[in-house]
Formats: sequence, C-alpha cells, structure tokens
Amino acid sequence: MTKHPTNHANYRRWKNRVVQGVMIVMVAICIVPLVALMWTLLSQGLNSVSFAFLTHLPKPPGETGGGLGNAILGSLLILLFAAVFAVPLGLALGIYLTQRDGTRLASFSRMLLDVLSGIPAIIVGVFIYAIVVRKTGFSLHLGFSTLAGSLALAMIMLPIFARATEEALKAIPRTVDEAGLGLGLPRRTVIVRILVRAAMPSILTGLFLALARVGGEAAPLLFTTQRSDFWPSHGVTDLATLKPLLEPVASLPLVIFEYSKSPYEDWKAQAWGASLVLVVLVLAIRLSTKAFTAWRYGGQGTHV
Amino acid sequence: MTTLNPNVAAVLDQAPSPPPPSALARAAQRNRGDRWFFRVVTAAVWLVPLLVIVFLGVLLVSAWPAMRKFGFGFVLSKSWDANAEGGEAYGALPFIYGTLVSAFFALLLAAPVGIGVATFLSEVVRGKLRSVIAFLLEILATIPSVVYGMWGMFVLAPFIARHAQPQLKIVQTHLDQWFGKGNVPIFQFRGFPNGLGLGTAILVLAVMILPLIVSISLDAMRAVPTSYREAALGLGATRWEMIRIAVLPPARSGIFGACILALGRALGETMAVTMVIGNDSSIHWSFLRQANTISSIIANEYGEAADLKLASLMELALILFVMTLGVNLIARYLTGKLGIKPAVK
Repeated sequence: MTKHPTNHANYRRWKNRVVQGVMIVMVAICIVPLVALMWTLLSQGLNSVSFAFLTHLPKPPGETGGGLGNAILGSLLILLFAAVFAVPLGLALGIYLTQRDGTRLASFSRMLLDVLSGIPAIIVGVFIYAIVVRKTGFSLHLGFSTLAGSLALAMIMLPIFARATEEALKAIPRTVDEAGLGLGLPRRTVIVRILVRAAMPSILTGLFLALARVGGEAAPLLFTTQRSDFWPSHGVTDLATLKPLLEPVASLPLVIFEYSKSPYEDWKAQAWGASLVLVVLVLAIRLSTKAFTAWRYGGQGTHV
Repeated sequence: MTTLNPNVAAVLDQAPSPPPPSALARAAQRNRGDRWFFRVVTAAVWLVPLLVIVFLGVLLVSAWPAMRKFGFGFVLSKSWDANAEGGEAYGALPFIYGTLVSAFFALLLAAPVGIGVATFLSEVVRGKLRSVIAFLLEILATIPSVVYGMWGMFVLAPFIARHAQPQLKIVQTHLDQWFGKGNVPIFQFRGFPNGLGLGTAILVLAVMILPLIVSISLDAMRAVPTSYREAALGLGATRWEMIRIAVLPPARSGIFGACILALGRALGETMAVTMVIGNDSSIHWSFLRQANTISSIIANEYGEAADLKLASLMELALILFVMTLGVNLIARYLTGKLGIKPAVK
C-alpha cells in the first residue's frame, strides 16, 4: 500500500525537524560541561588570584598565603625552550616535506611524525626521564631540570608544528617559487627568504597552536622537571653556562596536580587559582595567533 | 727600429686577465650552496627516524627485565604486588582492562554527540551562531587535562556521589533480583561514596575527546563536494535526507577515522583519568568501582619505582604505545583517504 503523498511529505518534514532538534540537543550537551567548568573555574579561581598570588613564592605547607609566581615563570621558561628545540627541526622538516615531496624519506618521516604525535604524553615523559634525567645507566644524567621538561614538550610539539609548517609552505602558490628562481636566486634563498617568509603567518599560527597544546600538559613534566618552591637561582647572564636549564623548576600544571591532591584547603584553593591562570595563559596563546595575524598581515591566510 | 710605447708594452706584458666568471660557474657555486643547504635539512630530517629508534630501544631495553621474568603471562596476570609470595609479581591485565573500558565507553558516549554537532555545524547552522559554537568547542579543546581532572575530582565526583549513586544503587538491586546477586555487577558499589571511579573517568574522558571528534568529522563533511548536496536537494530531499544520502556516506571513513583517533587520545590520556579513577589495581565489573589505567599507574608509581617494578611499568608503557600506535595507524589510513591532516589538530 502506498502512503498518501501529502501524509508522506508531512512525515518527511516532521522527521527532518526532529533530527535537527536532536542535533541542537547534542550541541547543548556539548556546551553544558564547558559552562559548568568555566563557572567553577571563575568562581573558585578568582577568590585566590591576586597580585601576590601571581608574583610571590609558595609558603611551606600549613601556612596560608604565598603565591605561585615561580610556577608561572617556570611554565613560560619550559615553553620557551621547548619552542627553541622544536622550531628549527620543525622548519627543516616542513621544508624537506615540501621540497622533496615524493621521496621515500619524505613519506617515511611523514609516517613517523604521525607515530610521534600518537605517543601518549606520559610515555614521552617516561622516555625523557630514561635518557635525560636518570642518574644511572644509559642516560645524559642531567637530573630533574627545565631542559628535560622542555625536551619532553618539544617532542610532543614537533609533529604538530612540522605538519603545520608543511601545510603552510604547501599553500604558497608555485608561481611565487618560480618568480624567485626566475630572478636567478639560489634555491636556498628562495626557500628561506621568500617561501618561509610568505608562509610566516601560518607557520606562527602552527607554532602557537602547538604551544597551546603542550602548555597545559602535566604528564610529560611529572618525571622531568619535578617541583621547586623557589625562583630560578641563576639569571639570564648565566645562560651560557646552561646552569639555569639544569635545575628543577616549578610549573603550573604540576602545581595544580600536587596541590589538588593535598589535604590543605588553602592549597586546594590555590590549585583553583592556578587552574584559572593556566587556562587563561593557554587560551591567550591559542587566540593570540588570530589577533596577531590579523594585526600584522591584515586578515586571513597566506601573505605573499 | 721602432720602439713600443712603454704604456702599450706594459699592457702587452700583462698576463691575460681571467675571463669574467661565466654563468655556468656561478650556477655551480650556487648549486654547491644549495647542496649544502639540503644536506643540512636532510640531516635534520633523519633525526626523526633516529628519535623513534632511540625511543623504541629505550622502552624495550628498560622493559626487558620484566619481559624476561614474566614472559607473555605479564599481559594476562592480575596481580600487582611487590610483596607476593615467591617474590614480586606484576601483571598488566587490570590496567589494560581499565584503559580499554574507559576509552571505549568514553568514545561510545562522545561519538554520537560529536558527530551530531559536526553535522549541525557543517550542514545546518550558518553565520554567527556557527562561529560562536565553533569558538566554544575551541575553548573546550584548549582546556588542559589537569584542569579537567580537578573539575572531575571536586565538582563531578561529588555530584555523582550525591545524585547518581543512590539511584544507580537501586538499579543494581533490581539487576540483582532479576539475574541473581553478583551476576551483572554493573553499578555495584562498595565503601564510602566519593564518586571517584571508572564511570566518572569515562564521563571526563568523553568531554575531553568531544572537540577532537567534532573538528575532524567536520573536516570530513566539508570535504564532500557541494554538488552532491545540490543533487540530493534537486531530487526534493529534505535537509536531513540530504545529509543521510549525500553527506554522511562519502564522509563516512573520515568520521570513522575521527572516532578512532579520539579513541587513541582517550587511551593515552593521563592526568584527568589519574585524578578521578580512584587508582585501584584490581578488576571490578562495575562503573562505580575504582580502577586504574596504564597511564594512571605509571603516573602514580613511576616516581618511586625501581628494578623489577620499574621494568614492569616500562613494559606497561610499551603495551600502551603499541595500542595507541595501532589505533593511530588505522585512523591515519581512514582520514588520509580524504586528505585530512589529523596531526595538526
């Protein structure tokens, strides 16, 4: 028996509406945890965030007050050096993958980058502990340090940044490449001075995305940086001796982890404050790329 | 006899001046520079295979004592005891169980919602609302794992303990009546109700992998040519029929890849899970009981472990790596067909 055409059309229209209604419910399900989380974060976090909280050192357990200035500085330092390690290698990879596309090494390293990006962060931490931190066996014997932490984060950043660089370079039209070569410029000059520069907004976006991804990671730092309750004991002037890189360092994600497990109410409150600061920091890194590219390059996409 | 003008003689005595560098020579010079440039770049690229080899080597060598001691039985053994009779006994089964169950059920919860939201963003909504939802999802993706863990520990777990556990306990008594006591202990619960456990970990994980599923499914749907949609609409399809006929089938492998990728992320997730799963190294067939995953046992015990325990933890890390590697290679195959680059997400 065939359905009455009008009835059937109504049924189809009704079904269309129901499905779209279900989709809206799903969007709501998505938003609810975010709103709940943000509300707790703001209401709990704002109580403990103050100028002293942002700039002072932590107090010993049991004493109230004190701040997490050293953890904020430590997080920024670890991120900075992670970028120092990941950027040259990521740029080289991006250049190779676009300039030597199709070679066996290119497809092989592309696959390995996917392998690297799939390694759980905790295993990266364990690996860096084994070859950099540990004081026994086959290891660099460096101990818990900023260097070890930033190496771990660099290893997580590398695949993200390298693929972003590759995509950025690939998006530059071939004609730009040819124009440079047509002027008689050597390939290296065309790559470094023209292609990379033209792709810079997208490369920077990739870098900041990668930094935002690893900026909140606690797992890789668990066994690489340990925690410190002090300011770094060496200044910028000692950088040549590498000493500032070789001491344990505080970082926001680890402070949140340890304080939230602690029995002290004051520490738990500080963990909320640290969470708020960390979320703001990571979001700022992630969203600043848009603002930066819009300001510097007037809007979207690739600047040629 | 005529003498040459001294100036002319001086000119004639001079050795012939070298010819100006030819274009060829300049090209050779340039090529040499380019060759060095590419040598340096290639050397840098070779660091990646080197890193992966060292990584695997370190994991294998560190795990070797445990492998030699326990053999394949490690994977099937349930004990995690430093003071067992007849020496230390370590096994991976409770952690493999916790890892697989938490990741699988998180995916089961997140996948329908994620795909629904992706479809909504791709096919239904336009303009400002769309960018607002996309922005909120971006925030959800950016929130660090420890913050999710803290929220799970201090907000979600007490909420579950207060509001969900009493109800689920009633469900469990019904299950016990119908199937006999202990036969289906899905919501079995023991001890002080603090809300920490497998179920809470699953909920937190589901929220965490949601943005990943949405963004990659969205890419897959955007990759479907507009002409497909126009064809379906031209045949008189409603919007939902268009989605079902013209969008979901071609995007299927990408959507599936998104889910597999999210599974991989959930398998390796550490901090949030460690904070809410309760850390109990035995197997309970219940969502309300506490459990442990591979990454949470490593996070909790690696710091103080030595000798055989350290090796066992390393073998656990190796097992987790192999699991995520398999899952990621499948996802890479599925999303690669559509030219989606999950590494950037």
